[in-house]
Amino acid sequence: MSNTGLLKSSIGRKFAMALSALFLMIFLLQHLVINLSAIFSPDTFNELSHFMGTNPLVQFVAQPILIFAVVFHFVMGFVLEMKNRDARPVKYAKNNGAANSTWMSRNMILSGSVILAFLALHFIDFWIPEINTKYIAGDMSGLNAEGGFRYYEELLHKFHDPIRVAAYCIAFILLALHLLHGFSSAFQSMGQKNKYITALSKFGVVYSIAVPLGFVIIALVLHLAH
Amino acid sequence: MNLKLKIWRQKNANDKGKMVDYPISDVSPDMSFLEMLDVLNNQLIEKGESPVAFDHDCREGICGMCSLYINGEAHGPDRGVTTCQLHMRKFKDGDTIYIEPFRAKAFPIIKDLVVDRGAFDRIQHAGGFVSVNTSGNTQDANSIPIPKADADLAFDAATCIGCGACVATCKNSSAMLYVSAKVSQFALLPQGQVEAKDRVLNMVKQMDAEGFGNCTNTGACEVECPKGISLDNIARMNREFSKAILDGREK
Amino acid sequence: MATLDSKIPAGPLADKWTNYKNNINLVNPANKRLIDVIVVGTGLAGGSAAATLAELGYNVKAFCFQDSPRRAHSIAAQGGINAAKNYQGDGDSTFRLFYDTVKGGDYRSREANVYRLAEVSANIIDQCVAQGVPFARDYGGLLDNRSFGGVLVSRTFYAKGQTGQQLLLGAYSAMNRQIGRGKIKMYNRHEMMDIVVVDGKARGIIARNLVTGEIERHSAHAVVLGTGGYGNVFFLSTNAMGSNVSAAWKAHKRGAYFANPCFTQIHPTCIPVSGELQAKLTLMSESLRNDGRIWVPKKLEDVEAIRAGKLKPTQIKEEDRDYYLERRYPAFGNLVPRDVASRAAKERCDAGYGVNATGEAVYLDFASAVTRYGKEAAHVRGLNENDNTLVQKLGKEIIANKYGNLFQMYEKIVDENPYETPMMIYPAVHYTMGGLWVDYNLMTTVPGLYAIGEANFSDHGANRLGASALMQGLADGYFVLPYTIGDYLASDIRTGAIPTNTPEFDAAEKEVTERLNFFVNNNGTHSVDYFHRRLGKIMWDKCGMARNTDGLKSAIAEIKALREEFWKDLKVPGSADEYNEELAKAGRVADFLELGELFAKDALERNESCGGHFREESQTAEGEAARDDANYTYVSAWEYTGLPSEANLHKEELVYENIELKTRSYK
Repeated sequence: MSNTGLLKSSIGRKFAMALSALFLMIFLLQHLVINLSAIFSPDTFNELSHFMGTNPLVQFVAQPILIFAVVFHFVMGFVLEMKNRDARPVKYAKNNGAANSTWMSRNMILSGSVILAFLALHFIDFWIPEINTKYIAGDMSGLNAEGGFRYYEELLHKFHDPIRVAAYCIAFILLALHLLHGFSSAFQSMGQKNKYITALSKFGVVYSIAVPLGFVIIALVLHLAH
Repeated sequence: MNLKLKIWRQKNANDKGKMVDYPISDVSPDMSFLEMLDVLNNQLIEKGESPVAFDHDCREGICGMCSLYINGEAHGPDRGVTTCQLHMRKFKDGDTIYIEPFRAKAFPIIKDLVVDRGAFDRIQHAGGFVSVNTSGNTQDANSIPIPKADADLAFDAATCIGCGACVATCKNSSAMLYVSAKVSQFALLPQGQVEAKDRVLNMVKQMDAEGFGNCTNTGACEVECPKGISLDNIARMNREFSKAILDGREK
Repeated sequence: MATLDSKIPAGPLADKWTNYKNNINLVNPANKRLIDVIVVGTGLAGGSAAATLAELGYNVKAFCFQDSPRRAHSIAAQGGINAAKNYQGDGDSTFRLFYDTVKGGDYRSREANVYRLAEVSANIIDQCVAQGVPFARDYGGLLDNRSFGGVLVSRTFYAKGQTGQQLLLGAYSAMNRQIGRGKIKMYNRHEMMDIVVVDGKARGIIARNLVTGEIERHSAHAVVLGTGGYGNVFFLSTNAMGSNVSAAWKAHKRGAYFANPCFTQIHPTCIPVSGELQAKLTLMSESLRNDGRIWVPKKLEDVEAIRAGKLKPTQIKEEDRDYYLERRYPAFGNLVPRDVASRAAKERCDAGYGVNATGEAVYLDFASAVTRYGKEAAHVRGLNENDNTLVQKLGKEIIANKYGNLFQMYEKIVDENPYETPMMIYPAVHYTMGGLWVDYNLMTTVPGLYAIGEANFSDHGANRLGASALMQGLADGYFVLPYTIGDYLASDIRTGAIPTNTPEFDAAEKEVTERLNFFVNNNGTHSVDYFHRRLGKIMWDKCGMARNTDGLKSAIAEIKALREEFWKDLKVPGSADEYNEELAKAGRVADFLELGELFAKDALERNESCGGHFREESQTAEGEAARDDANYTYVSAWEYTGLPSEANLHKEELVYENIELKTRSYK
């Protein structure tokens, strides 16, 4: 058996999508916790950011895995979408999808694409400057000109622009919609057992709304903190 | 009632096909949907036109032969019924009704509304059975007690009529509900255990080879299934499949 | 005139089958690979036979007109399958199942065949369970049984109301295994057009690919027909739209005798005809008669008020209702056998008491059962038994548990809530006991041509008991034919493949093509259904639940005239070399138009009442069926001589060595 073999089957691909999604959902939670510290304690935020930004395990083990998961999730998502479209070459003249399924479940590719666009923006905003500072300019200190940590200050600066804040908020609403289907879908794909379904799906709804809402609140609070 | 029908007409597999309008009058609300089409066809024949081809046989919702995508839904707007059990009282006077074939690459059109669901049969050939010969000397039927709950779940899965509504309604044209119903039936019964791993691998392999799409868990199939086959069966198949892979059965 | 040899083995009844199996010729496994068998039809009989023959090693070619073998009409059987397992310990045995079946068939079936059927019945259940058929089970995990009409034990195995579906899917799965192994070559959407007889033996068929219209030749060393019954000769029946007599009729024309064509089962509890344009009738399970009471109003003015919509059935007082089955048959009441219940409903409706617009419906009322169950439930739970609202609520819950799916089905079709108002029911054609004459080997009078399941006549006599059709189909296909066919094929191991380029195939194909071309080139004015409906009306009015000399004679004349009109005025659109359902239907109705005449001729010849066949001339003073054992204890086997009207009658005398002939009484 091999991974490539697994990915050749429809169920294998489903499973892989679900696994990458689970990893991303855990990452999202961790990201939220760190960001939340920004509104309660800028010092904590700075310390956590410095740790994450300089710890070799995080930087050279966790970060590549994350990037791989993100890339895998969206590449596979697009591959599946193409294959699925190909499975019905002639479309229906009239199709009433709303009669039997949710908007979220039918538009994962749409919500996913918006999230992907957001990720690009996010990388330009944070990740590229970080990489530039740390690995190209070689400044691993995490300090600004005044000698304090630079992270919180940079964060505040980014959320100054209302258009960017609005873009963030829209992306997070779509993330919520993506998660509202994606969370339970991932467990279904991995063959959830009946007895956990109810509890899990309730938790899924809470997670899917609370996590994106958390990010939206952070963005708004930081914007208003100016 | 007077209705405006918009029906997909396609002479044969190679024809391009198009929607054609047919007005129909004096439809009784007590008629079944297929009887309404019978009336239309009789009118067409007597006018010297070619009747609309559609699949049907038992007309009591069990053979799975009838299909049709009616007003954007497999087997029409009613729930828990096949097209032959759909009655015209579900529509209003003056309605426009779209009638299309079940569409999927794996279900090529034969003529008009008739499609070829041979892919479903081929999936069954790959593993939809218990390998037991007819001998008259199999062990006594009561020698293996089966918990009632398992037997009932197996029965529920086994009630699939193979109509293809799940594929037709799925935005991805996925056949997972159909395949999982058979996989589940045998996975839940002791008789099916011996071959369970090979069965799920072979059936899924054939399903993929037929060109069905991938399941994205929209749940539309479960809603439109005339027999209410549960999405739990898909989860069970996913489980069975992972077990088989972990067991190193993949070839 | 050839004499009929039923080939019943000698010896005591209980040992016949075992001894016979021990002594017949077998084909060795290596030689089976050299032998081809064609199986037409993939229902319980055909499907199980195809699978078993392939397991044995024969090369099987299977044909069905549906798009998949799984869709054969066996799938629609609801109630269950009988088997003498005696799991309930209620005294059941092979002999008792045999006895009940012969008695239920009103002593018009062959003892040896029925005994064999009862004998292998237990194996069927074992086989199906081994295949993974999910029969109903009790909480101990063992198989559950229910009881059915006409018997005193619980021997019916079931899978909710879908037993036929589950059994057929079992046979289908066995077929799939063999298709996967390449031992069965499956031809879906193919219709058998003719049998090819070479040197007096069935050696192949002509088939039409229903998708392309192509005519194909298929040869084999033997041909098996599992093509079902011919209830659709009545146009409206509970059969599937595609069910037809054509394969059996073609066999008949090629020399196979047709036995007891007039023996038809008319099921009492079907949903009545609602309109002129209806195409199909729906059965409501016989089990409903356990709790439903059948009635019509006593007064004609109430009937008129109901039809005019001025009165509701629930408003009719108890004393103004005529519970006619309870009145006429106090001992069995609403649970009289199917034929008796059907005739009684017809008698009331003929007298003008039918309760729907067409005057052909009676009530099946659950109100008393609701009250009875409701009171019982209230009592058990210590609630007020006099609180009517509560009693109704509890009672309806219990009824819903027992019959919920049937009530829902009724509501979908009729749009009335049967919990609130009585159901309307009327008898409908359901099953045909008659069929191709076969001997003990299930071979017809054409050597190498076999008929199994509903397509043959052998086991149900003049009336079939509930849950016996599934049993017979599977017994024939799994356990009988695969043995008996070996006896015939043993002489064919040196024959080699049968060529299809012989004059016999040429001639058969030419005939088929000419007929198809005739249909598409005939510029008539009416569609196939127009003629089929008219044939159905003649059959229903004159060869239906009650038959008499005058009616049958006029039916024969009318059918003949209609047949002539059909050939002149039929219109079939399209061409013969494409998917053309009208063309397929035309061929089937052409055959029904011939069978219908033979049917009437047979009914006319049998001047007695037995089972489903009721001759008005042959009844007791109270209007009950009177069988005439002295003159009619035989099977009527008709030989085709060119026209249905000129068919020759051959009689197979029925000998009862183990059962004493008695009059059935349900008073």
